[in-house]
Amino acid sequence: MGEKQATRHGFYEGLVALAKDWEDVYAVDADLGSATGSSIFQKAFPDRYIDVGIAEQNLVGISAGLARVGLVPFCSSMAVFVVGRGFEIIRNAVAYSKINVKIIGSHTGITAASDGGSHQAIADLAAMRALPNMVVLSPCDYNQAKKMAALMYAHEGPVYLRTSREPMENVTSPQDDITLGKAQKLRSGKNVCIIATGMMTVLAMAAVQLLEKEGIDATVLNIHTIKPLDTQTIREEVRSCNGRVVVCEEANKFGGLGEAVAYSLIEENNIVFAHVAIEDRFGQSGATATILQEYGITSEAIAKKAREVVQK
Amino acid sequence: MKRVETLKEKARQIRIETLDMILNSGSGHIGGSFSVNDILVALYYDVMHISKDPMDPGRDRFVLSKGHANPALYAILMDVGYVSKDAKSSLRQFGSPFQGHPDSAMCSGIDCTTGSLGQGVSVGVGMALGLKKLKGTQRVFIVTGDGELNEGLCWEAFMAAANFELDNLTVIIDRNMIQLGDNTEKLMRLGDLKGKMESFGFVVDEIDGHDFKVLLPALEKKTVGKPHCIIARTIKGKGVSYMENSAAWHGGIPKGDQITQAYAELGGTYNG
Repeated sequence: MGEKQATRHGFYEGLVALAKDWEDVYAVDADLGSATGSSIFQKAFPDRYIDVGIAEQNLVGISAGLARVGLVPFCSSMAVFVVGRGFEIIRNAVAYSKINVKIIGSHTGITAASDGGSHQAIADLAAMRALPNMVVLSPCDYNQAKKMAALMYAHEGPVYLRTSREPMENVTSPQDDITLGKAQKLRSGKNVCIIATGMMTVLAMAAVQLLEKEGIDATVLNIHTIKPLDTQTIREEVRSCNGRVVVCEEANKFGGLGEAVAYSLIEENNIVFAHVAIEDRFGQSGATATILQEYGITSEAIAKKAREVVQK
Repeated sequence: MKRVETLKEKARQIRIETLDMILNSGSGHIGGSFSVNDILVALYYDVMHISKDPMDPGRDRFVLSKGHANPALYAILMDVGYVSKDAKSSLRQFGSPFQGHPDSAMCSGIDCTTGSLGQGVSVGVGMALGLKKLKGTQRVFIVTGDGELNEGLCWEAFMAAANFELDNLTVIIDRNMIQLGDNTEKLMRLGDLKGKMESFGFVVDEIDGHDFKVLLPALEKKTVGKPHCIIARTIKGKGVSYMENSAAWHGGIPKGDQITQAYAELGGTYNG
C-alpha cells in the first residue's frame, strides 16, 4: 500500500498540474493555506493565489465574483468554516445562480482529532447535499484526490470537495479511471455490499480482510461522487449481495451518504441495512486512533456491522 | 447642462415606469427604488460603458447589492434594450425575468444575483479583483444600502477592496437613512460613515445623490491604488411627497387617491 498520504495534499497537487494547462484556474483561501493544502498551489502559482484573510463569507463571495468575470476559482478553508460560516453565501451567490465556483472543505470528519470538536466537520455533507445545483465529491485516498481537480474543472457549475487531514494508505491506483457521478467498484463479493466514501473506503478495504477470514465475501463500492449519486449501480450491487448493505461515512449519521443510499434503495425489497457513522454527537480532542475508537469509526466496526447484516 | 437636463427627464420616466410595475405586481419596494433611481440613471445613461449586447465581456459591471430596489433597475434594463418591454407587467410573477430580487440566471443584463444583503458587495469586489487579474479596463460599480451595512460581510469585502488596491471599483452607498424597521441611526447607528470608509482605505466623496451635477463627476472620478466610495445622500421615496423619508414606504403600496397624487407629482400617468 506504500506510504500514507492525505487527500488534502493530493487534491492540490492535482490542481497544480491542471493549472499548468489552464490559466483561468485560481486558488483562493482564508489564511489556512498550510492546513487546507492550498499553499502547494501558492508556491507554484503565486500570481493566481488569492488570500482573503480570515473571512470565510468573503472567501465565497469574492470567489463568486472571480467566476462571474470568467475565472475558475477553487476556494478553500476548513470545512467547518467554509461550509458553516459560508453557507448562505454558497447558497445564494453560488448554488442559486449556478456560478462556477469550486469549494474545498478540509479537515472533515473527526480525524482532525487534536484540534477538537470545534474544527471537526460532521455536517458538511448534509449541508452541501441539500443545495440544488451542487455536486458533492469525496475522494477516498491521495491518488483519487489528485484526479479531482480535472474532474471539477470539466464540470461547469458549483462543486463541493471534501478532503481529510489525516494521511492514509492508498487503495486506488494512479491509473484508475474515474467518472463524475459513477460509483467505483473496488472489490466484487456476494454476501454483503459495503458502500463507503472518503477515508472510510480505506477502512472498508481493511474490513474486507477481516471478513474474508470468516468466509464472508464483500463487495466494496467507493462513492467519490455523493451527489449526483450513482443509484443504479448501488441498486444492482446491493441486489447481487442479497440486499445486505453497510454504508460507511466519517460524518454525522443524518443527511450524509447513509441516508442518500437508504433513499435510493427505498423501492427495493428485502434490504438489510446498516450504517457506520457518527452517532449524532460532536467530536473532541484526542489522538486520532483514540477518537476513531471512541466514535466507532474503525474497520472492526465495519466488519461487525457486515457480519450482523449477513446473519440477519 | 443639456446632459443634466436629459438625465433629469430620464429619471422622471424611470420613476413612473417603476411605479407602474409595482402597482401591476401589488408588491415591491418603492422607497428604496426611488432613492437609488437617480444614481442608476446617471450610471446607465451616462457614466458606465454599456454595450448593446448584455453578454459583452468588455462592458462595465453593475451590482445592485440592495437587490430589493430592483424595479428601478428593471425599468432601465427594458429601456436600454437588455430585456423585452413585454416583461413590464410580469414583475414578481411566475416565470418572469423580473424575479422578486435580481436573478442573473433569469434576467439578461443582471451582472450579479442579489437580494441577500451584503453579498453583492462581496461578489462585486471579487469581480473587480478578477478584472484586474485579467488586466481588463472595465470598471465595477456597486450600489449598497446604508441599512445593508449592518451586515458584517460588507466590511470584510471593503477591507479586501482596499487591500487589493481595487481602483477599478466604485462603491455607492445609498444613504437614505432609513431601513425596514426605523431610522438607520436609531436601529443600528452607522455614525461617522465617511470616517469609517476612509479608515477602511477608500477615497470617499459625500454628495447629494439626487443632483446630477455632482453625481456625474463623482461617478466618473478615477482613483489610483484605492477603491472609491461615494456616500450618496438620498431621500427614501424621493419624488412623491407623502412617501419621502418614511419607513412605511420601504415596502408599502399606494392605493386610491395616493396613486393619483403619486403620478401627478411625478408628472405622468399610469402606463400599464
